[in-house]
Amino acid sequence: MITHLLSAADLSAQDATGLFDIATQMDAAMTDREVKKLPTLRGRTVVNLFYEDSTRTRISFEAAAKRLSADVINFSAKGSSVAKGESLKDTALTLQAMGADAVVIRHPASGAAHRLAGWVRGSVVNAGDGTHEHPTQALLDAYTMRSRLGRLDGLSVAIVGDVLHSRVARSNVVLLATLGARVTLVAPPTLLPVGVAAWPARTCYDLDAVLPGSDVVMMLRVQRERMDDSFFPSAREYARRYGLDAARMARLPDHAIVMHPGPMNRGMEISAEVADSPRSTVVAQVANGVSVRMAVLYLLLGGAR
Amino acid sequence: MAHPDAAPAKIILTAAEMARMVDRIAHQILEKTQGARDTILLGIPTRGVPLAARLAGRIRTFEDTEVPTGTLDVTLYRDDLRLRGGTRAVGPTTVPTGGVDGRRVVLVDDVLYSGRTVRAALDALSDLGRPRLVQLAVLVDRGHRELPIRPDYVGKNIPTSAAESVRVLLAETDGVDEVRLADRP
Repeated sequence: MITHLLSAADLSAQDATGLFDIATQMDAAMTDREVKKLPTLRGRTVVNLFYEDSTRTRISFEAAAKRLSADVINFSAKGSSVAKGESLKDTALTLQAMGADAVVIRHPASGAAHRLAGWVRGSVVNAGDGTHEHPTQALLDAYTMRSRLGRLDGLSVAIVGDVLHSRVARSNVVLLATLGARVTLVAPPTLLPVGVAAWPARTCYDLDAVLPGSDVVMMLRVQRERMDDSFFPSAREYARRYGLDAARMARLPDHAIVMHPGPMNRGMEISAEVADSPRSTVVAQVANGVSVRMAVLYLLLGGAR
Repeated sequence: MAHPDAAPAKIILTAAEMARMVDRIAHQILEKTQGARDTILLGIPTRGVPLAARLAGRIRTFEDTEVPTGTLDVTLYRDDLRLRGGTRAVGPTTVPTGGVDGRRVVLVDDVLYSGRTVRAALDALSDLGRPRLVQLAVLVDRGHRELPIRPDYVGKNIPTSAAESVRVLLAETDGVDEVRLADRP
């Protein structure tokens, strides 16, 4: 198994499938039991190093580590030595001196997790670096697809919205391609990255044309904080062309599911009606996130070093 | 799971002998639990699981009583995880309907050696609930305990040296019923 989880490309199909099988057992261990905690990582320390605001990812990693009995240290850049100008490397060496066995890092700069992996002895888990990757999100998305639809191989997955800024989309494309799913990226041309032709995915500008043949529709959040340039004329026009509402949802096959990595902009990329429909897996994704991250921490920290 | 035998293995128990031991343990369980009342059998993977099923089958034959069986995976509770290279796959844990609370639980494994697997199983069990009583059934007790653990039902005591390895093979998992003694590769 791997030492770090920096990119979805670090995982082979076999690695990912093995990880999902372990996540399934973690799931089972957290339900129908008197004690919802496992002693597996007792005495290990996991540091959550967050340079960007994040609620669900940080809490999810914290819950995962605690359910495996690891000690968790939360470090957020706000109000810390980073605000006083400390570099990432110095922060990393400090954590190293404190004996962190794993560092979970969220950073606004693409490649930050990769740099960190060269500086610390413990395992590094990328929890989102800039617009680059967010591998555990891709894992929990694929795990959710597998548990709802029973397979990944041959699934048609549409990823819709701001692909340009989305690390979720990047990691998902890589992982889903590894696992044999067919991915279609749907976005206005301004929100597709340069070089997207080299990705293992098709692209399309017309959401309505893609929906009838999709098993999974993954709506990406419109990242208002990154929308300082004019990528589309108006929010209303974006919602009309690329938002998923009940009428559009009706074009999907009966078994298809609707996913969203959260946090959702209701009324923008997804209507409230769709978000709360039985097809929506938003809540399941959050629950699965904990099981998948438990499996990741177990695989990185459970064995001999 | 086939394993490459470095040294030639000696067969120390045959299928017939193993069948007699399972029969005897089934009788002993019936005796010690008042006809297997409120009793469940939990097999410890890998080979404890088919053994538990065989015991339940024999008990059904002898007394026409249904003893619920389940599986108790102890991987996440092992104390030697970090001593081993790489992480192990985690198997399923299935508990019969009704859970373990207030019941007599008989843990079933193939070989009792250091006792560390049983220690992990006891921890795993206490996270599932509070059994009224926990007992241990093993096919082979080979000694060399590292913890204060003692089986309640033993197929056969086989004194070994730590340099030897004892392999229980079962038709369900290995295609043949026999117990082999070999030098550790």
